[in-house]
Amino acid sequence: MSETSKYETVVGLEVHVELHTKSKIFCGCSTSFGAPPNSHTCPICLGHPGVLPVLNKQAVEYAMKAAMALNCEIASDSKFDRKNYFYPDSPKAYQISQYDKPIGEHGWIDIEVNGQTKRIGITRLHLEEDAGKLTHVDGGYASLVDLNRVGTPLVEIVSEPDIRTPEEAKAYLEKLKAIMQYCDVSDVKMEEGSLRCDANISIRPYGQEKFGTRAELKNMNSFRGVQRGLEYEQWRQAEVLDSGGEVVQETRRWDEAQAKTISMRGKEEAHDYRYFPDPDLVRLTIGEDWKERVRATIPELPDARKARYQADYGLSSYDAEGITASMKLADFFEESLNYTKDAKAVANWIMGELLGYLNSNNLDLADVKITGQGLGEMIGLLEKGVISGKIAKTVFKSMLESGKLPQKIVEEQGLVQISDEGAIMEIVDKVIAANPQSVEDYKAGKEKAIGFLVGQVMKESRGKANPGLANKLLVERLNG
Amino acid sequence: MASIFDMRLQDVHNKLRDKEFSVSELVDAAYKRIGGTETDVKAFITLDESGARAEAARLDAQIAEGGELGLLFGLPAGIKDNIVTEGLRTTCASQFLDNFNPIYDATVTKKLKQAQSVTIGKLNMDEFAMGGSNENSSYHATRNPWNLDHVPGGSSGGSAATVAAGQVYFSLGSDTGGSIRQPASYCGVVGLKPTYGLVSRFGLVAFASSLDQIGPITKNVEDAAYVLQAIAGYDELDSTSANVSIPDYVSALSGDVRGLRIGVPKEYLGEGIDSGVKEAVLAALKVYEDLGATWEEVSLPHTEYAVATYYLLASSEASSNLARFDGVRYGVRAENPDNLIDLYRKSRSQGFGPEVKRRIMLGTYALSSGYYDAYYLKAQQVRTLIKRDFDQVFERFDLIMGPTAPTTAFRIGEQIGDPLTMYLNDICTIPVSLAGVPAISVPCGLADGLPVGLQIIGKAFDETTVLRAAHAFEQNTGHHTLRPQL
Amino acid sequence: MSITNQDVEHVAKLARLELTAEETATFTEQLSAILKYAEKLGELDTTGVEPTTHVLPITNVMREDEVRESTGNEQAMKNAPDEEEGQFRVPAVLE
Repeated sequence: MSETSKYETVVGLEVHVELHTKSKIFCGCSTSFGAPPNSHTCPICLGHPGVLPVLNKQAVEYAMKAAMALNCEIASDSKFDRKNYFYPDSPKAYQISQYDKPIGEHGWIDIEVNGQTKRIGITRLHLEEDAGKLTHVDGGYASLVDLNRVGTPLVEIVSEPDIRTPEEAKAYLEKLKAIMQYCDVSDVKMEEGSLRCDANISIRPYGQEKFGTRAELKNMNSFRGVQRGLEYEQWRQAEVLDSGGEVVQETRRWDEAQAKTISMRGKEEAHDYRYFPDPDLVRLTIGEDWKERVRATIPELPDARKARYQADYGLSSYDAEGITASMKLADFFEESLNYTKDAKAVANWIMGELLGYLNSNNLDLADVKITGQGLGEMIGLLEKGVISGKIAKTVFKSMLESGKLPQKIVEEQGLVQISDEGAIMEIVDKVIAANPQSVEDYKAGKEKAIGFLVGQVMKESRGKANPGLANKLLVERLNG
Repeated sequence: MASIFDMRLQDVHNKLRDKEFSVSELVDAAYKRIGGTETDVKAFITLDESGARAEAARLDAQIAEGGELGLLFGLPAGIKDNIVTEGLRTTCASQFLDNFNPIYDATVTKKLKQAQSVTIGKLNMDEFAMGGSNENSSYHATRNPWNLDHVPGGSSGGSAATVAAGQVYFSLGSDTGGSIRQPASYCGVVGLKPTYGLVSRFGLVAFASSLDQIGPITKNVEDAAYVLQAIAGYDELDSTSANVSIPDYVSALSGDVRGLRIGVPKEYLGEGIDSGVKEAVLAALKVYEDLGATWEEVSLPHTEYAVATYYLLASSEASSNLARFDGVRYGVRAENPDNLIDLYRKSRSQGFGPEVKRRIMLGTYALSSGYYDAYYLKAQQVRTLIKRDFDQVFERFDLIMGPTAPTTAFRIGEQIGDPLTMYLNDICTIPVSLAGVPAISVPCGLADGLPVGLQIIGKAFDETTVLRAAHAFEQNTGHHTLRPQL
Repeated sequence: MSITNQDVEHVAKLARLELTAEETATFTEQLSAILKYAEKLGELDTTGVEPTTHVLPITNVMREDEVRESTGNEQAMKNAPDEEEGQFRVPAVLE
């Protein structure tokens, strides 16, 4: 293993985000996912002779909204260009894209890595059409072409080469995803391909201003994959330099199974895309009033929410970041606060129990039934001493599965905490009688033994005894 | 020989209503005439006799029931083979599309159906509309009905020849740099290129998207006005279609041209113009003078740059527009390709003829890395200068007139192998296409037994003045009544 | 400017055309002549002249985001030179 610390890594990301319009960008075919092959097609998206494109207004507005949320300047004068290349997934043999007049330019987003905030520049955001899908058959001797996806609107978001580590790349993607989700312009599901990422990565000795030769990384199908691919590639490039070699400018494919990047050299030709303005489409003039109308549809974005949660509820930066990373989660948090004032407790339950459960089961918030009201009311029951912390965990688990409100769960399962001194004292006496050794230890000064005895009381009460009261009564009895 | 197709449209409709003849008989007349002349003229690529007869029967039934007749009711029509017709083979005169059956109708095809004309067949052309002689058809060369040794012009050569030969009542052509006007001129018929954006391009197989326009080819100006009325108008499927209100073109044919100011570009009557053509055009201008219009010489100073500008722009757009012909989804795929790239290269090389390849090559070169600014961008800028030439003349004049083509129809084979000379035939029509304004070619006499066309150019969307002036000329000269001996 | 056989071969590759040696030679000659003719445009000073992509001053032509019925698989496959399972079949993309 070479010493990567000699080198600084420089990464720029190109992210494609599918916009979730109902119809395609240049024709009226549906964009819905999972239809039989070539069923969502018409002469226009099939690229039949004589057809013409007509731009979907919603796609333009989603692109504007996304660009605004990424702090881009919005073009007043924009246009569409043809990017010419032959490939079976591109029926016209050109992709309608934007070359020199993208919808948005000069934006940025802030990311947080290891408690440090860092600003990553966005070079541009442009609107274009998606390509079809190829399936390889006959052991790779032939391919089948499905053009359902052709014409789904995409925005391509190109970052500045401001990213310095794989962790930053992952944080950038997470923030980008959150912003797109907040703006409600895309489903941003990497596994369904509605968010896709390519990376340019190079390394250079610390202190050197000139960028090193870069490789373009493709085929990274998850955020984790992006991080691992970049980690591998920065190591590989350092190895090359350390052994006196030179990094070659090329496209490399991340192979998840082999956990390495593989050169695609020779498998693609040098491209000359021959961009020129598409004569079938007219210019786009974006006036201030249109911009303002779109801007008004942008909700409070993650950074603003995070700042508000810290200021208004005293959440830590870490918790606020975690909760606002997903708009659904942040909405859940806010809904809970309609039922309890203890924001920190809500945050703790979300960051601990909820995310723990979701992450370990690879689930999304939408996949579980718990509601913000449920969590808020449960915390209320805890505060009032109706349930213990231990019972709360049982109630929480039950809410995840059933979505029932906590009061109902407590009643149905008889989980109300026992706070009656007489009832607890009975159990305390039973426990003291059954554990003479622990009683002796306690009396001999081993204070820890009290913990064991409280635990026995809780066990005896099947978790329902108020643990504070049990502790108090035990101490009274043993000391008395 | 007087033909049923020489009858005025209103008379045809009256006689249909009065049951003097039926639509089926009109269609019979068309196929009979085709039967008698097509071996000489070769205007069609595909005939749709069964479809046309079935449609004629439907229309005859409609007459029996009474009710409104469509604007072009019952008129036998030919459609240039680069306008798609659902279920009716559309080849663009290319072997690549020899087996292509469109799955949709072009907007103009739909509009003809609404107007209730009867489609007789699909007309020959230069492959993908590239050429000015019809010698670039991969099927056969159409011949000029006035002299079968001569070309009919192009690219809408089939569309002009079929009307001149009396095979149909009217036809549709398409014009990118003169492809309606020049063959109309060569064949002694009327050809109108509308303002860019007046007629929907949806379903016109694109050659050069920023220039292509569909228009009528007819025996006289009145018919051109009717056909334009039927096909013009905004189309939500064509982003470059103009959302303008459509005037009544037929009622604008008042015959009155008094006070019209006509500019005659000196560049259109200078070097390279045949003396016979020049004489016919000057005689036409004299007719306008006699009718109360005035004319004077003007200048369109950038005319000499138009041909180069056009070939760079049109070829660049074509190189991209024709990329979709890759053999994956339709068209003739080459057999036994080694791999995907081989499939592309073989299918395209076998499917395209030399002129198409030449223009794809030129356009690809002009757009390629390092040359874009010098060729494509430069040509777009010169296009602006050419358009300004027209704007300036139209500040002082209502119309611009000159010859449609510098010569009459040349002999078949005469210019093959010399693309540049062939391109220069379009010197009078190309600047008009670049400026996007409307122009008509009307017959203005013969030179050495071959027709000469007068080109009348108007302001954008001022087709009414163009048609009115053309109609007045025609009514006062009768050149349009001359017919070739076939 | 005059172009070489190599230029023509490169452009043919970009355009996915397979030319015979004879075609390459002919095109080299013809394209050279046409491009030489096009050099005329260099005589004009176009500094500051806006390029014309569209002759009409139309902007912002857009449609509402409404789904229209697709023509569907059968129509899509109607002209397919080679088909399998409702998809277009092509030789391997990679060589």
